[in-house]
Amino acid sequence: MNRVTMLWARGPLASRWVRAALVFAVLYALPYSTAQIPGVFDGPFDAPGVLQLLAVCLVFAGLAIGYDLLFGHTGVMSFGHGMFVTTGMYATTILVDHAGYGLWISAAAGLGIALVAAVVLGGVALRVGGIGFAMVTLAFGQAVSIFVVSGSPQLTGGEQGQTLNSSAVPAALSGVRNTANLYWIALAYLAVCALVVWGLSASMPGRVMRALRENERRVEVLGLNPYLFKLLAFTVAGVLAAGGGIVYLLLLGGATPTVADSNFTLSLLVMVVLGGAGRRWGAIVGGIIYGYASQSLTRVSGSSAVAGLPGVLRGPLEQPLFLLGAAFVLVVFFAPGGLAGRIAAMTRTGAGIGAGTGAAAARTGAGIGKGATGRGAEAVSGAATVTGATAGTGGAAGSGAGTKEAR
Amino acid sequence: MTTVILLTATGLGLAALYFLVASGLSLIFGLMDVLNFAHGAFVAIGGYVGWTVADQLGGTLGLFGALLAGIASGAAAAFLTEQVIIRPLYRRKLDQVLATVGLGLAIPALLQAIWGADARTWVLPGWLAGTVQLAGARVPTVRLVLIGVAVGLLVALRLLLTRSRAGLIVRAGVEDREMVTALGIDVRRANAAVFALGGAAAGLAGALFGLYQGSVSPGDGTSLLIYAFVVVVLGDAGSITGTAYAAVAVGLVQQYADYASASLGDESVVVLLAAVLLLRRRNLQGRPA
Repeated sequence: MNRVTMLWARGPLASRWVRAALVFAVLYALPYSTAQIPGVFDGPFDAPGVLQLLAVCLVFAGLAIGYDLLFGHTGVMSFGHGMFVTTGMYATTILVDHAGYGLWISAAAGLGIALVAAVVLGGVALRVGGIGFAMVTLAFGQAVSIFVVSGSPQLTGGEQGQTLNSSAVPAALSGVRNTANLYWIALAYLAVCALVVWGLSASMPGRVMRALRENERRVEVLGLNPYLFKLLAFTVAGVLAAGGGIVYLLLLGGATPTVADSNFTLSLLVMVVLGGAGRRWGAIVGGIIYGYASQSLTRVSGSSAVAGLPGVLRGPLEQPLFLLGAAFVLVVFFAPGGLAGRIAAMTRTGAGIGAGTGAAAARTGAGIGKGATGRGAEAVSGAATVTGATAGTGGAAGSGAGTKEAR
Repeated sequence: MTTVILLTATGLGLAALYFLVASGLSLIFGLMDVLNFAHGAFVAIGGYVGWTVADQLGGTLGLFGALLAGIASGAAAAFLTEQVIIRPLYRRKLDQVLATVGLGLAIPALLQAIWGADARTWVLPGWLAGTVQLAGARVPTVRLVLIGVAVGLLVALRLLLTRSRAGLIVRAGVEDREMVTALGIDVRRANAAVFALGGAAAGLAGALFGLYQGSVSPGDGTSLLIYAFVVVVLGDAGSITGTAYAAVAVGLVQQYADYASASLGDESVVVLLAAVLLLRRRNLQGRPA
C-alpha cells in the first residue's frame, strides 16, 4: 500500500467530514479556474454559461438530498415534493413583485410559508399510510400546479411564469458577470442541505427514521410515535425544497411553473434513485448528473452529429426525457443501489458488497405495497427485525427487510 | 334544469374516461400491488395509434378502426411491459413501481419524437360531431358514446370477474395471492392477463379521449392518469364496482365545480380525495386499518 492510499484509508482523510469539506472546497474554487474540459463544457469553468449550468446542477443536488431524506432515509414516498419548491419560488416572487417587499424579507417569508404549509399538509397527508400518502401528496401537488398555471394569472403569470422584478435584486446577483456569486449561493444551498440531512441522519431522530423505513410497526412497539418522526422529515424536506426554489428563482431570474408539474417531483425521484437512495453521496451525485444531462442533452440533440443521423434514431435522441427515462429503467434493473451503490460495491471488499445488497433489499422492503403496511409486518418473526429497528444499521436492516420479503 | 342535464351528461362522459383508465389500474394494483405509472403512457399510445388509423381511413370506418387499433396497441404495450419490465423484477415491489415511472417519462417523450409536440387534430365523422337533444339540453354525441362504452366495459368486466374461471382466479388473487399460489395456480399468468386487459381499456380510453378533445397530444395520458389515481384510491383498489362509483363521483364533482367557477373543478377533486381519505379509517384494500 503506497503512501497516498495510506493517507486515504487511515490519515485525517479517513474522516467523512474532512472528505466532504475537501469536495466542497474544490467546488468553491471552481469559478477561479480557467481549466477547460472539452466536450463536457462549452468553455472554461469561469465562463458564465458553464457556471450557470453548474449552479443549476448544485440546486438539483440540494433538492435531491432533501427528497432523499423522505424517500431514502424515512421510506416515505411523496409525489408532491415539487409543491414546496413552487411555494418558495412563487411566494418570494409574488411578495417582491406585487407587495413590493425586499428580496431577502420575501425569501424569509417564503421559507416561513413553506414551513407552515409543510406542517399542515404533512399533518393531514401522513394520517394515511403507504400508497394513500403518495396519492394525497400527488393530488396536493396537482392542486398547487393548477393554481399556479391557471388559478390567478395576474398573480402567478400563468404558463409563462412570472419574472422577478429586477430592481429588487441586489447588483451583486444580477448581470452575466456576477454569475459566480449565484454559483456560490447555489453551492451554499447544497452545503446547508447536506449538513442538515447528514446531521439529522446521524442523530437520534435520524436513526428512528431509518428504523421506520425498515419496519414501522416495530418502532411503534418500542413506544415511539412514527407519525411525529415522519412529520419531522416531511417538514425539514419541505423547508429545504422551498430554499431550493428560492435559489432556483435567483438563477432563472423568474418563477417558472415547470417546478409545479408532477414530472418535476418524478425527476427528483429519478435523481435519488439514479444516485442511490439513502446513501451519503447518492442523491448529490444523482442530482448533479440529472441536472447536467437535462441541460446538456438538449444541446447534444441540437448538435450537427445528431442532425446527421437517420430520422428513426434522431427522433428519440432529441428527447431528453426519453433518454433519462430509459436510463432510469436501466439503473433500476441493473444497479438497484444506484450509482453510489455500484461504486461502493466495486471499491470495497466482500463486506462492502454485502452491505450494498443489504441496502438494495432494504429499499425493496421499504416499498409501498401491502408488504410494508399490513400483513407483512405481522408475519415477520425473529430478532433480526428488532435489531433492524433499534440499531438501524445497513446489514441488519437488510436482513430484516429480507425476512419481510420472504413472508 | 337544462344546465343540470347538460352538466350531468358531460360529467358522466368525463367519469366514463376516468373509469376506462382507472379500472385497469385498480385491477393491476389490487392483484400485483404495482402502482402503474406507465398506464398514462398506454393511454397516449392508444390515442396516437387510433388517430393514425382514423387519419388514414377516414369517416365512420376510420372511427371504428381507430377504437380497435387503440385497444390492440394498448393491450400490446401493456403485455410487453409486464413481460419485459415487471416480471423480471419479481419480489422487488418498489423497483417495479420505479421502472413504471421511468416508462411513464420515456414513452410520452418517444411519442413526441414520432408525432411532434403539437396536438394533432382529430376530425370526427359528421354524425358524431353534433349534439343530441336530451330533455331540452344539447348534449355532445361523443359524451353519450363515452358513457355507452364505459357502461359496456363495466358490465363485461363484472361478468368476466364473477362468471368465469379466469375472473375467479383474479378475484382470489386480489384477496390473497399467496393462498392462490399455494393451491397450485400460476398467478403470473393472471398478472399478464390483467395487465393486457388494463392496457386494452387504457388504449381504448386514449382513442376516446382523442374524440372527446378533438385532438391528441403527447401529454394526454399523464393528465388523465392523476385523476385515474384519485379514482383508484377513492374506489378501493381491486373493486370494479367501487371504481365505477368513484369515477362517477369525481366526474360529476369536477363538472359541477367547474361550472361554479373555472379551475375550481380540479381543486375540488383534491379536496374530495383528502376528505374521503381522512374520514375513511380503512386502508386501501378495504380492510380495517
